[in-house]
Amino acid sequence: MSQTPVLALRGIFKRFGAVQVLSGVDLEVHAGEVVALVGDNGAGKSTLVKTIAGVHPIDEGVIEWEGEPVEINRPHDSQNLGVATVYQDLALCDNLDVVANLFLGREIKKGGVLDEVAMEKRAKDLLSTLSIRIPSVRIPVAALSGGQRQVVAIARALVGNPKIVILDEPTAALGVEQTAQVLDLVERLREQGLGVILISHNMADVKAVADTVAVLRLGRNNGTFPVATTTHEEIIAAITGATDNAVTRRQARNAEVAK
Amino acid sequence: MSKTPQTPQPVSDEAAVPEPRTGEEAPAAGAIPAVDPRLLVREQGLKGYVDEFKRKIRSGEIGSLPVVVGLIVIGIVFQALTGNFITSYNLDQITLYAVGPGIMAVGIVFVLLLGEIDLAVGSVAGLAGAVWGVLGTDMPDGLAIILGILSGTLIGAFHGLVFAKIGVPAFVVTLAGFLGWAGLQTWVMGDRSTIPTPIGSFVGDLTKYYFSDVAAAYGLAVFVVAAFYLAQLRDSRRRKAAGLPHRPQSEIILRTAVLAVLVLVAAYGFNQEQGLPLSLVIFLVILLVTDFVLRRTTYGRQVFAVGGGIEAARRAGINVSWIRISVFMISGTMGAIGGLFLASATGGADRSLGGGNQLMMCIAAAVIGGTSLFGGRGKVWSALLGILVIQSIVQGLNQMNLSSNAIQYMITGAVLLIAVIIDSVSRRTQKTAGRA
Ligand SMILES: Nc1ncnc2c1ncn2[C@@H]1O[C@H](COP(=O)(O)OP(=O)(O)OP(=O)(O)O)[C@@H](O)[C@H]1O
Ligand SMILES: [Mg+2]
Repeated sequence: MSQTPVLALRGIFKRFGAVQVLSGVDLEVHAGEVVALVGDNGAGKSTLVKTIAGVHPIDEGVIEWEGEPVEINRPHDSQNLGVATVYQDLALCDNLDVVANLFLGREIKKGGVLDEVAMEKRAKDLLSTLSIRIPSVRIPVAALSGGQRQVVAIARALVGNPKIVILDEPTAALGVEQTAQVLDLVERLREQGLGVILISHNMADVKAVADTVAVLRLGRNNGTFPVATTTHEEIIAAITGATDNAVTRRQARNAEVAK
Repeated sequence: MSKTPQTPQPVSDEAAVPEPRTGEEAPAAGAIPAVDPRLLVREQGLKGYVDEFKRKIRSGEIGSLPVVVGLIVIGIVFQALTGNFITSYNLDQITLYAVGPGIMAVGIVFVLLLGEIDLAVGSVAGLAGAVWGVLGTDMPDGLAIILGILSGTLIGAFHGLVFAKIGVPAFVVTLAGFLGWAGLQTWVMGDRSTIPTPIGSFVGDLTKYYFSDVAAAYGLAVFVVAAFYLAQLRDSRRRKAAGLPHRPQSEIILRTAVLAVLVLVAAYGFNQEQGLPLSLVIFLVILLVTDFVLRRTTYGRQVFAVGGGIEAARRAGINVSWIRISVFMISGTMGAIGGLFLASATGGADRSLGGGNQLMMCIAAAVIGGTSLFGGRGKVWSALLGILVIQSIVQGLNQMNLSSNAIQYMITGAVLLIAVIIDSVSRRTQKTAGRA
């Protein structure tokens, strides 16, 4: 694994009105690493993802890209760096067809004009590598089932050659077969040297594909564990806060030393 | 864990393209049948059309169908009532008065695509007419025309800014504009109640110039049909070459034939009168350009995206504010151009230009033509179809000596209501059919 993380968050703070959603969160993602981000409902996982994606700019903290501090204020900033995000609340335009949604913001053009043929062909190829069957790539996404929409959203993330792919609960709405496909996909992304942030409530999925588990609890880090050497129970304990653990203790101590 | 073993497959840009497939869906892993039996593949031949047509009606995807039916019904009813409604004279008259509001309706279509409304187009049209009229008295005609049109663009930008940057609902901004710009129009006109179109002004020509050579109308008709045929053929060939579903030759020929009949009959009708109207040529150019922008450019795609989901559009990196502002600029510009046509048709600028039911006519035209009030669905051609419906009704009523505003207002209002009901019902059907 490479030494400099592709993406590193240092001390991220984010506040919505009276709610301090994120307090000093750290996260590192290396090339070829799958980081599972877990935590209870409302822990701040989606919010953290949205700060990386530029939907909600951070209040405080540093985002580093390949070792360099960067500013992410708009979705475009994040996309230009090479971050592709699949949001929990799917960001698809209901009135546009599948092809238009896949390429929204990155249309293929020929002589300044949309090249529908090239986009449709590319869309079909992409969807078939994901083994998705949808009635037609030319129907509005409103006509798709929840799971089909989910896979379209995932496919959308892969259109732009990202370096980091963020998947916010990608399998929540999927059937057995599609879940397997998504997990396979995550492994393929890792093999290609992409960094993946995977948010999931399903510990089996997490243990199957992740290299590292980062736990968020009430908007703070509550430990980072290598999957290979950590038990199910340890992760659950960190999520629920049932026990504190060596990692958090060490972090707290280090933080005090740093002051 | 439920995983199917699979050889790693690249997903990056070029590498994502697996062996070429020929329009079929990908074979799935495991026990799932290779082709989903529910796929929407249209059968070849006539039965295919009928089936697809039925499916579209059931799922609320009716598009321009009601308005085409409506036009035919209007034609038959007035023909039965008056005995001479379907005449070349009426074709010419309808065109004369349809182009101005039609162009304004094109701007409305853009705004409706965002799911917004522009209540100020009528006042903007009137103000643009006044600006042109007043400036034209001591300024070259061309410059006065350009400044008149730019006044509309500028006002549109102002509406867009207040809406997009400050967050005032577009309905309210343009309602204020509706009053304010009408006031400014009266103020600009000063103590003149009308400014007749100067002799030789291009604005006069807008609705009074005809290409009287019969070759003009027929030539344009043939050109349009040929261009349509070639474009369809080219598209179909490209799709076939890429292994995508494509229109069969027979369907292209059928569509071209339908278009050819309509266009040639219209050309014949115009040639029976004074020839091909310049106004119609300008309207068609505007329709073709805006249709191209909406359907074939990134900008157009972004307009639809914002109309379909602001948050999704924003996350796709689309500059939502700019799309909103620019759409209102287009609406203002179209309003101003339409205003010059109104001035041309009524003989000059006056204080009430663009007032009265002008605004409602434009909005009604866009909606009647099939553009949804709820945003995200529509075509600029609905401006043409819708204004044809309205002007046909007006013309028919005139012919029956029922030209009083009372009846016109009631009938236009009823038609608008029917159009909105169709829009709402089709949206609801689309929802239950999972398409909205
Ligand atoms: N746009 C917002 N405005 C105000 N508060 C917000 C907003 N988005 C999230 N929050 C609050 O931030 C907290 C964290 O929300 P977030 O969606 O990040 O949780 P999560 O970890 O993704 O939970 P889940 O597992 O349920 O998806 C919640 O308390 C939520 O109410
Ligand atoms: Mg979440």
